Amino acid sequence: MQITRGMRIHEAKAYVAERLGVRPSDLSDPLAMEDVRRQHQLGRITTFEMSYATESSAMEAKFRIAELLDLPVNCVQRFRRHAGLA
Amino acid sequence: MENSYPTRDGDGSLVRMTHSQLRSELEEGTQAAAARAKVPLLTTDELDHLLDIWASPARFSAVDIGDEVVLTYDGSGSKTVGTRTQDLLIYEQMFGADSVELAHVDYSFKAVKTILPHEAQNMKDAQLVLTAPVMYGAMPNLGLYSQPDGPVPNWSELLPMTKIAEARAAQEEAIEHAVKDMVAVADAMWEAGADGIDFDTAGAAGDADLLATLRAVEKIRAKHPDMGIEVGMAGEFVLGVHGQLEYDGVRLAGLWPREQMELVHRAGATIFGPAVNVNTRKSGAWNIARALTLVKPCMDVAEIPVHMNVGMGVGGVPMSSYLPLDAVSRASRACVDILRLDGL
Repeated sequence: MQITRGMRIHEAKAYVAERLGVRPSDLSDPLAMEDVRRQHQLGRITTFEMSYATESSAMEAKFRIAELLDLPVNCVQRFRRHAGLA
Repeated sequence: MENSYPTRDGDGSLVRMTHSQLRSELEEGTQAAAARAKVPLLTTDELDHLLDIWASPARFSAVDIGDEVVLTYDGSGSKTVGTRTQDLLIYEQMFGADSVELAHVDYSFKAVKTILPHEAQNMKDAQLVLTAPVMYGAMPNLGLYSQPDGPVPNWSELLPMTKIAEARAAQEEAIEHAVKDMVAVADAMWEAGADGIDFDTAGAAGDADLLATLRAVEKIRAKHPDMGIEVGMAGEFVLGVHGQLEYDGVRLAGLWPREQMELVHRAGATIFGPAVNVNTRKSGAWNIARALTLVKPCMDVAEIPVHMNVGMGVGGVPMSSYLPLDAVSRASRACVDILRLDGL
């Protein structure tokens, strides 16, 4: 929201929190966000012990993020076009 | 006898200072900045809060829960462990970076232009495997356009010979070359899927360097309305190496952070990064008070996010190769607590 929309931090936090259905303070709470990320398929941190092969990651997650935040993401739009999904 | 606390000098040396000494350093730092830039002093409450942060033996200091801000970078890895994409993944997956920045080790738009297809492919590949926003970063680095590295006469040689007009003409010619390169790199990165572009150390070669950046930003914004554009400064004060250059009717030489930010915003950037250099002969406390005093006027009028440069030798962080966590965390916390920054 800051990079492409130039939103100040409080405005950006409020916007993202509202779109995710959480409180702004939840955004920096790793436990709260773990559930949110799983629920919305926003990508999760994978390690040797924990993998999420059946969930969204990277580009797949960015499709979800773009839709959820109503935010055009450049690489997602180009992926759509290149893959014939537009 | 008054208690003393471990603290850092501007060169990173670990020293001890008493409560009174720290207070005195903070007061002198804000006074030095206010006198030089003609801006208000930090308030008593702000100095008290800084003293609370600095008068502590804790290894680490941090903002309150809920006050966290996001980070952008000037580069995040340069083949440290393998490929640059692997480095970006480490920043995202292991460091929890909010964003990452792909960059070439030369870190100058002129150098990048010569390998642009390779850099663009790297951006496209990185976007496929990263979730966090991926910026592309480099420096305007106007000096590279002067001889013997570049095509135009060297103004640093002309100025000592008092060939002022020739030196100015050379800088004006260099601006044209630099703008073309910066726009070309931004175009290619946008086509490759970049989320944004970062102009790092803008103004490093003086007012002509900043003017080239502002003109490039204006052109990029016109061509790519949704592209993120971050402009990080080289220092707190724009040097008048040319002396007569203006952007949008404002003379660039002598601008301090607030005026820099207003022009950067006007040109079309989405994030502004003020930079205040560290005086290595002064204490960390002196330097942070000076840095905050210089940047505070920005925050009263900011309409875009402000990500202050807080790292090696800038933003109250000591100038040393390996940065002490106690110093970095104190400076970072102070910037967010006092300035209410949007990021670092």
